[in-house]
Amino acid sequence: MAALLEVEHLRIEFPTRRGTLVAVDDISLQIAEGEVLGVVGESGAGKSLTGTAIIGLLEPPGRIAAGEIRLMGRRIDNLPYEEMRKIRGKQIGAVFQDPLTSLNPLYSVGRQLVETIQTHTDMSPTQARTRALELLHEVGIPAAERRIDHYPHQFSGGMRQRVVIALALCVNPKLVIADEPTTALDVSIQAQIIALLKRLCRDHGTAIMLITHDMGVIAETADRVAVMYAGRIAEIGPVRSVIKEAKHPYSHGLMGSIPKINDEKERLDQIEGSMPRLTEIPPGCAFNPRCPHVFDRCRVERPELLDTGVTQASCWLYAHG
Amino acid sequence: MAKPLVKVAGLSRYFDVSAPWLNRVLDGQPRLMLRAVDGIDFEINKGETLALVGESGCGKSTVARLVVGLYRPSTGSIVFDGVDMAGLGGRAEMAPIRRRLQMIFQDPYASLNPRWRVSAIVSEPIRAFNLIKDEAAIVARVGQLLRQVGLSPVDGEKYPHEFSGGQRQRISIARALSSQPEFLVCDEPTSALDVSVQAQILNLMKDLQRQLGLTYLFISHNLAVVRHIADRVGVMYLGRLAEIGPKSTVFSLPRHPYTRMLLDTIPDLDMTGRQRTPVAGEVPNPINPPSGCAFHPRCPFANDRCRSERPEPKLNDTGSITACHAVEEGRLPAGPLTAAA
Amino acid sequence: MAIWRNFTDLVRRFLASDVYYSFKRSPTVVVAFALTMLFMVSAAFAPWIVPHNTYEVATLNLMDAFLPPAWVQGGKLTYLLGTDDQGRDVFSTIILGARVSLLVGFASVALALTMGVALGLIAGYVGGVTDSVIMRVADVKLSFPAILIVLLIDGVARGILPRDVHDKAAVYVIVLAIGLSTWIQYARTVRGLTLVEKNKEYVQAARVIGLHPMLIMFRHVLPNVMGPVLVIGTLGLGIAVLTESTLSFLGVGVPPTEPSLGTLIRIGNNFLFSGEWWMAIFPGLFLVILVLSVNLLGDWLRDALNPKLR
Repeated sequence: MAALLEVEHLRIEFPTRRGTLVAVDDISLQIAEGEVLGVVGESGAGKSLTGTAIIGLLEPPGRIAAGEIRLMGRRIDNLPYEEMRKIRGKQIGAVFQDPLTSLNPLYSVGRQLVETIQTHTDMSPTQARTRALELLHEVGIPAAERRIDHYPHQFSGGMRQRVVIALALCVNPKLVIADEPTTALDVSIQAQIIALLKRLCRDHGTAIMLITHDMGVIAETADRVAVMYAGRIAEIGPVRSVIKEAKHPYSHGLMGSIPKINDEKERLDQIEGSMPRLTEIPPGCAFNPRCPHVFDRCRVERPELLDTGVTQASCWLYAHG
Repeated sequence: MAKPLVKVAGLSRYFDVSAPWLNRVLDGQPRLMLRAVDGIDFEINKGETLALVGESGCGKSTVARLVVGLYRPSTGSIVFDGVDMAGLGGRAEMAPIRRRLQMIFQDPYASLNPRWRVSAIVSEPIRAFNLIKDEAAIVARVGQLLRQVGLSPVDGEKYPHEFSGGQRQRISIARALSSQPEFLVCDEPTSALDVSVQAQILNLMKDLQRQLGLTYLFISHNLAVVRHIADRVGVMYLGRLAEIGPKSTVFSLPRHPYTRMLLDTIPDLDMTGRQRTPVAGEVPNPINPPSGCAFHPRCPFANDRCRSERPEPKLNDTGSITACHAVEEGRLPAGPLTAAA
Repeated sequence: MAIWRNFTDLVRRFLASDVYYSFKRSPTVVVAFALTMLFMVSAAFAPWIVPHNTYEVATLNLMDAFLPPAWVQGGKLTYLLGTDDQGRDVFSTIILGARVSLLVGFASVALALTMGVALGLIAGYVGGVTDSVIMRVADVKLSFPAILIVLLIDGVARGILPRDVHDKAAVYVIVLAIGLSTWIQYARTVRGLTLVEKNKEYVQAARVIGLHPMLIMFRHVLPNVMGPVLVIGTLGLGIAVLTESTLSFLGVGVPPTEPSLGTLIRIGNNFLFSGEWWMAIFPGLFLVILVLSVNLLGDWLRDALNPKLR
C-alpha cells in the first residue's frame, strides 16, 4: 500500500538564548491511506509538535531544521504559506484539544462550515449550506436544521467537538490530524467522540493521525501506534503488539504503569524518574538513565529504529538480530 | 465495626449564580441556585480510601472542599472523629481539627506558591499549627518529609519552578503530611500528570497510607485509577450519589444504570474487542436539573415514577447502596446492560 | 547571614532571568535606565554636587541676573546654562528642582501604591460588600480628572492653612493630592490579579490549614501580584512628576523659593519672549528627558514581565 503521508528524519528546533532546543529529533513515520496512526507520549515528548509541523502551523521561533514531509509523494514542508493553506482543509484536516479555540465565537457554526466549504470547492452558497447540514447530521448533532445557525457558545463541549470534526471533514480530506481530540471531554462524551471518529474514518477512508496521551483511546481507535519519548520514536508497530508485548523498555514500562479496570494488582509498575527536559537530554539513548536494562552502549550511542519482530523499537537490546 | 472517622449526612451546597441584584430586579429574573451538592451521605472508616467518581459538574470537587472546610455546607453535617465541624466557630476551635485533615490538589503548577522556597512551603503547616518551635528541628523535619516522598532534603532550597509536575505533586504531598494528619482529601491528584508519573504518585500514596495509617477521600474522574486506589467507591451524578459501595461490588456488580454505563465507557486496553456502548446524551445543566431522578433523561429504564419522584438511597443485597427506582423495583436485569439497551 | 544569602540569591536569579536578558538586548532601555539613574543619583546628592547652592539667598548676586548660557556671547563659564532673573544658576536650579520633582514623584507613588495595593488586595480577597464599597469609591474617583482632584485638595489646604504654613507644607499637600488621585489604578489592577490568585490552589492550601486571611493576603497573594504593580509604579512616577510640574507651572504647586522643574518653567515662561529663552527651555528639556526615560523604562518593564509578549 502506498503511503499517504511520509515523514522522514524530521527535526524541529527552537532557538533560545540558552542554546538550540531540539524538540523533535529525527522522526520517521508513514501513514497509509485510511489508516489510523496513534501517537502517544508524555507531555513534552514532541507528539503535538510533530502534528503541528505536518499541517504547517509550527509557531516561530520553532522551525523544521531537517527532514521532509511528503503528502501523496509531494513535499509539503517547504511550501509557501498560501499554498499550504490550500492543502490544509482540502487534503489535511485538523481537530484540536480545545474545541472552543478552533471555532470563531463571532460566527454561527453554519457560516463557518459554509465558508470553509466554499474556500475549497466551487459550490454555490445553497449547495454549501446543504453540505454543511449533511455534515452536521453526520457528526450526530441533533436538530441540525435549527442548530446550524447557532453560535459556538450555545453548544456543549462534546457538541462543539463534533462541529470541529465536521469542519475538519468539510471537503473530504485524505488525512485528519487529531491532537488530543477527547482530552477536554468527559469520559462518557469521550467514548461518543471516539466512536464518531472511527465511523467517519471507516465511511470516508480518511487516514487519522491521533495524537494523545491516553493509551485507552489509542487502543480503541488506532491500527498502529508510535510511542514517543523525549522527541524521538521509542517504538512503532501494530497497536495490539505494542500494548500486549511492548519491546522497548519505555513502552513496556508505560503500559505497566497504566491502571487497568480489570486488573487487581497492589502496585503499579513504575518507571523511576521523569522524562528529561529538552535542555538535559542525555547522550546515547534518551531513556538510558531510567532504563532497567541499560548497558554501556546505550550511554554513548543513539539507537536507530530496529526490528524486533512485529514492532520496531529504538533500543540496543535488539541489535543482535 | 469501628466508628467511622468521617461521617457526612445530608450534605448540600448551593451556589447563588443569579445575576447581580440590580440586573435581576430590572429584568424580572428569579434567583438562580446551582445545587452543586444536593443531599449526600457517606462514611469513611479509619485507614480506608473512599473514592468519589463522576463526570465534570457532578459536584465531587465541591464535596472535597466542603469536607476540608473551604466551603460551608448549605445543609447537612460533616462529623470528623465525633466532632461536628459546623458547630466549631472560631479559628482557634477549628485548629485542632484542621491539623488532622489536609488536602492534595489537582494542579501541581498552581498548588505551590511560585515565590516560596520548597522548605518554606513544606514547613508552612508546621509553623501555622506551631507544632515544632525549634528552627533546627523544623529543618530536620522538612528534610525527613522530603525524603519520605522520594525527594532529597537539599531540594528544600529550590523553588517550585525547578521541579517537574510529578515532583511538585510530591512536594504537595510532603506539605500535606507535615502536620501529621490522619485524613487526606485528594482532589484529582494525578489527573494533571502523565501516566508513568501517575503510577509513581499512586504507588507513593498507597505506601504512605500503609506506613502512616492514613484515611483518604479520593476524588477522580478516572475509573481505572479509582479501581486501583479505592476500598469503597461512590458514583456521583449531578450533585447526588447514584451508587456507593465496596469497590469489588461497584465494579463487578454495578446496579445503578449510570454506574453501568460509566463502566462501559472505559477504553478497553486489553483489546478484547468488546463493543462499547457510549452513554447517550450529555450531563444536564445543574442550575436546572431534571425532575425526579436526575439521570432519567439519559436512562433507558426511566418511567413516570423516575421522572417525578426522587429516588432515595437503598441498601442492596450486594452491600452497595443505590438510589434508583428501577433497581428498587427489580425492573433491571442484573447482567450487562448492552442487551437491554 | 540569611539575609545576605537571600540577597546574593536574588542577584543571581535576576542575572539569570529573562527580564535581565531582555534588558541587555535593548539599547534604548539601557540608555533610559542610565539617564534615570543619573537623574536620581544627582537628585539625591544635589546639595553636595551643585556648583551654586541657589537656596542660600545670601550667595546670590543680582548683578549676575539674566546671564545667557556659557557658550553664548556674554555668558560666564561659572554659569553653564545661564542665570535667571534673581541671578540663580540655571543648571543648579534644575538639579535642585529635579530633586524636588522626584521627591514629590516618589513620595506620591509610594502613597498611592501602598493605599492602592492594600485596598485592592482587601477588595479582591474579601469580596462582597467590602469589594463593592471600595470599587464604587474608585469608580467615583475615576469620573473626575486627576488634576481636578489635586486642585481641589490643594485649594482646600490653602483655604484652611495660613499662608506661611502652607508654603512649608506645600510639598506634603501635593504628595497627598497626587497620591489620593492615583491610587485607583493600583487598586483595580491588584484587585483583578487577586481575584485570579485567590482561586489558585496554593491559596486554598493555605486556607485549608486555617491561616488568617490577612496572612494569606500579604504572605501568599501579595508577592504574586507585585509584578504589574511595579510597572504601574514606574509609569506612575513619570505621571506624578508631570502632574507636579503642571501644578507648579500653574502656580499652585511648590513655592518659588524652593522651585521644582515646573516652577522653573513657569518663571522662565515670563521671560521667554523677552529673549531669555534659557530659563524655560533647559528645565523643560530636563523634564522631558526625565519623564521620557522613566516611561521608556516602565514600558519595557511591562513588556518584559508579560509572558505573552516574550
